[in-house]
Amino acid sequence: MTNVLLQYATVFVLSVFVGIEIISKVPSILHTPLMSGSNAIHGVILVGSMLILGAANTNAEEVLGFLAVILATLNVVGGFVVTDRMLEMFKPRTPRAKADADAQKGADS
Amino acid sequence: MSRGTLIDLLYLVAALTFILALKGLGSPKRARQGNMVAAAGMLLAVVATFFNRVDGHPLHHVLLIVLGMAVGLVVAVPTARFVQMTAMPQLVAIFNGVGGGAACLVSLTEFIHIKSTKPATYVVLEVLLGVLIGTVSFSGSAIAFAKLQELMTGRPITYAGQQVINALVGLAALAVIVITLVTSSTALLWVLLVVAFVLGIAFVLPIGGADVPVLISLLNSFTGLAVAASGFTLGSNLLIVAGTLVGASGTLLTMLMSKAMGRSLPNILFSAFGSVVTAGTGAGAEQRTVRSGSPEDVAVMLGFASRVVFIPGYGLAVAQAQNVLRELAENLEKKGVEVFYAIHPVAGRMPGHMNVLLAEANVPYDDLIEMDEANSELESADVAIVVGANDTVNPAANDDPGSPIYGMPIIHADAAENVIFMKRSMRPGFAGIDNELLYNPKTTLVFGDAKDTLTKIVAAVKAS
Repeated sequence: MTNVLLQYATVFVLSVFVGIEIISKVPSILHTPLMSGSNAIHGVILVGSMLILGAANTNAEEVLGFLAVILATLNVVGGFVVTDRMLEMFKPRTPRAKADADAQKGADS
Repeated sequence: MSRGTLIDLLYLVAALTFILALKGLGSPKRARQGNMVAAAGMLLAVVATFFNRVDGHPLHHVLLIVLGMAVGLVVAVPTARFVQMTAMPQLVAIFNGVGGGAACLVSLTEFIHIKSTKPATYVVLEVLLGVLIGTVSFSGSAIAFAKLQELMTGRPITYAGQQVINALVGLAALAVIVITLVTSSTALLWVLLVVAFVLGIAFVLPIGGADVPVLISLLNSFTGLAVAASGFTLGSNLLIVAGTLVGASGTLLTMLMSKAMGRSLPNILFSAFGSVVTAGTGAGAEQRTVRSGSPEDVAVMLGFASRVVFIPGYGLAVAQAQNVLRELAENLEKKGVEVFYAIHPVAGRMPGHMNVLLAEANVPYDDLIEMDEANSELESADVAIVVGANDTVNPAANDDPGSPIYGMPIIHADAAENVIFMKRSMRPGFAGIDNELLYNPKTTLVFGDAKDTLTKIVAAVKAS
């Protein structure tokens, strides 16, 4: 076991706890955007794809790396755009509508 | 500061934005902003990578990289922007799957790149895990997509000896991993790729539609872990942090979902739940009387109510009735009726599905109430209206130990003064279980398409 591996393992273990800690505070109303948003975040594999295509020496590596870049871009771009589209729809009750409803309620009773 | 240090620093900033984005999801107010911050962080990381060095030289094939990105952009943006909101579960599934595929390719290619240097055993293990998990996520998501898109049946697909065959495929994957570790053979890596592909398919086939929320969130965590494995291989802290965050959050969400179903994760994944449609318990089930009513009857009942609760389920999404439902709610509110929506955590085909569906119909999120709170509110409700839900309101989950859904927390629709149950027919719900609530004396059944029925109720409420 090398020091480098140990350093990565440290980052891994700490990230597990950070992940669990933050996610346990997400309300269930936002579970779909959470999935979609974390989906976009693992699109960071695009960085890995760029690095392997950038290092490619053989045709096989070039083909696989190129495919990886395409798939990773789909993941990252699609993930962020879909999440944004979802979150755009979540709106609070506007104070006006609430006031209207209350006024109406008062008038009826 | 050297170039390498600066780039690592930028990667750290990117990792920080990802954490902030997930933190932002703690409230609907800051969530959208958080997502944009993460997108900016991602852009920063990608731009920084163009200036990175690999094996001591600048990136080769920069044009090819840009071309690949352009292809991805041209496909992803219109798809993500213009696909129907109702196709959201399958869209999330497919974007997740391609991420898994990319992670697998990264691990695979890196192995081809470094194999002449005789990599250490732990490096080979990282590669193998990246390939295995990434591929399972890829092919599994593809099948989940096909099920959700209705390219194939949403019911579990089972065949004789399925569990044995699945176990054998799993063991085969394990065997290939062990042999590859010993021999470091590239050829076997391709074998693993094929076995993992088959494993992903075989594993998802027996999982039925109602269990898909758990599956999607599990596959999401798989892709995260595959990305983390690639991060270990490439020596990238950014990939490890981002992948692990997603892996951990996906696992936690999966746990929450299975808890909300009152079943263990293995039971959800391996029991092919919902494959057997029972004809109802007892011979007399067919003859039991139910009370049915017309939309106008419902409107009259609502006219006397002061507190109404809607309980939506997947059927609402199928009938595309979310906008009419909101219209009904608005009309009731105009008459001074208090209205809210009781949301079961696993209603629909992905975690939180009902919330997104109703948000799309402009229902303010303050009106969407989680199960526990809803159950205490229901006791003082005059009318509970069940739209497209079934198993999530089935009292058998509480009081019939023999029922397959026994133990699942449910929304207690029957706590309300009156229950209105909208149904297309007397056909049982997804789990194939008869629903006692239908025969409850408090219940009025309204047969027909949910959208039609709701439209008629709206008209009748307006007229009254």
